[in-house]
Amino acid sequence: MTENYTLPQLMVAAAAREIADHEVVFVGMRLPLLGFLLAGSTHAPHAVGVYELGVVRDTLSPEPIMTMGDLPNLTGACWLADTIDIMSLLQKGLVDISFIGGAQVDRFGNLNTSYIGGFQSPATRLPGSGGACDLACLAKRHIIVMTHEKRRFKEKVDYITSPGYGDGAGWRERVGLPRGGPRAVITTLGVLRFDPMTCEMVLVSVRPGVSVETVSFHTGWPLKIAPDLSQTPAPTQAELAMIRRFDPEGYWTGSDKNL
Amino acid sequence: MKSSKLVSLSEAVSRLVPDGASVVMGCALEALIPFAAGHEMIRQKKKSLTLIGPISDILFDQLVGAGCVEKIRAAWVGNVITGSAYNFRRAVEGGNLKMEDHSNLTLAMALTAGAMGVPFMPARTALGSDLFRTNSGLKTITCPFTGNILTAIAALLPDVAVVHVQRADVFGNGHIWGNLGVTKEACLASRHVILTAEEIVDSQVITGDPNRVIVPGFRVSAVVHAPWGAHPSPVPGHYNRDHQAFIDYRNRSRTVDGFEEWKKMWVDPLRDSRTYPELLGKERVKALALKHHLPSVPVDYGY
Repeated sequence: MTENYTLPQLMVAAAAREIADHEVVFVGMRLPLLGFLLAGSTHAPHAVGVYELGVVRDTLSPEPIMTMGDLPNLTGACWLADTIDIMSLLQKGLVDISFIGGAQVDRFGNLNTSYIGGFQSPATRLPGSGGACDLACLAKRHIIVMTHEKRRFKEKVDYITSPGYGDGAGWRERVGLPRGGPRAVITTLGVLRFDPMTCEMVLVSVRPGVSVETVSFHTGWPLKIAPDLSQTPAPTQAELAMIRRFDPEGYWTGSDKNL
Repeated sequence: MKSSKLVSLSEAVSRLVPDGASVVMGCALEALIPFAAGHEMIRQKKKSLTLIGPISDILFDQLVGAGCVEKIRAAWVGNVITGSAYNFRRAVEGGNLKMEDHSNLTLAMALTAGAMGVPFMPARTALGSDLFRTNSGLKTITCPFTGNILTAIAALLPDVAVVHVQRADVFGNGHIWGNLGVTKEACLASRHVILTAEEIVDSQVITGDPNRVIVPGFRVSAVVHAPWGAHPSPVPGHYNRDHQAFIDYRNRSRTVDGFEEWKKMWVDPLRDSRTYPELLGKERVKALALKHHLPSVPVDYGY
């Protein structure tokens, strides 16, 4: 516990701030789901949520949900449809923002959620892409949400499940991706964005009480720091109250151990 | 005169899921997962199955743990609210399971190609990813019209789709509602379809609302009456998701012995509509029941 909020609560609040009103949001699981609900009930009441199992909704579900398939998420939905319908919105360029978690990330925002230690003889097999690869390829922008540790922030990821900027500027165009790319990385230590020229990750804010040295220490490459580095805003009391409403048991955000 | 396709779960699985079959399941993602049918495959000790699905939310992990699976073609294999699937991890890390990595969109396209009778479908996803290295059914191609680079996704033609629906008639016409995932494409792509249904109803109930039919009855090989057949996943109109069951499964399946204990409790006894609520317990059945019924307004199919 840090101050009067937990790290997951800080990350949910930071994720919510990335969503602008009226945007179409591809909603994932866990913290991003809560971030969407928080944005929708604060500064982005007209945001529309699309869920890959075939749900579109523009209002809060009547009760808290643990997965996008929970029955309250169907009640009062705008549209119940097929995965292909939702993925078509994404592929056609109609999704403004999406969120992805990761086990490993590199300086160009390439994400691994599949194999630790290479796919030929993996030390750890992770669950895989789900829709993450599609979001990373096809949303107008995506936000990465993950724990900031040296073993996760790697010079080179072991497997690219969800492409970021590949090996740097121009790569996405070269491989044929139509748009998009990661816009921010929200971590347990701060927020990073991507240099528009080089596409490399840059630290833009640190969490209250965390030093730049700590962030650099937990990053597996020489980390670039923004000249106008700021402090990641702590969640407000109103935001915290809202997050507790959506996660009443604290299953996702109750303590730092939930990460 | 149409003939009834209503059979027991045991007969449907023994007739339509031979060893070595490719089976697509969990098509609606988090909801309507055909756990009862999957567990019957475990009881019948199926071998060398290929499992196909977008995400499987622990059903695939259970079949892997029971030794039924040779290969998985999926976008995600885990436990949605807790993360890793441990039998799956042990099998892949031990080199005992072949994996073909999809994304949700590439899997949907592969089934669509199978459903449409074409060899592949194009998409703009996965470009630049390593999915190409662990899935031989993905290739890059140049669009003959625009010159753009595209991903070509090879058709999947599963031997059988197992789909849980809310209600069906004995002729194989089933109603499904809620989020549908890749259910329709999976049914159309597969050689056989098994419907497991919460309720078996009169045909007029189904033909009275044909928009809700997932696939026409002539494409269905067997219909099984399986109340609670998707527990612990949710079934719109019937029961909520049993989150605690997924957490308990995570805790048990961390070890091989723990998984065996779990299997003895939840799989080895046949899931029977009369005894299953007893196994769940009154409190749990009550907790999972719908608290608010919200029937839709009927539509008029008159002329």
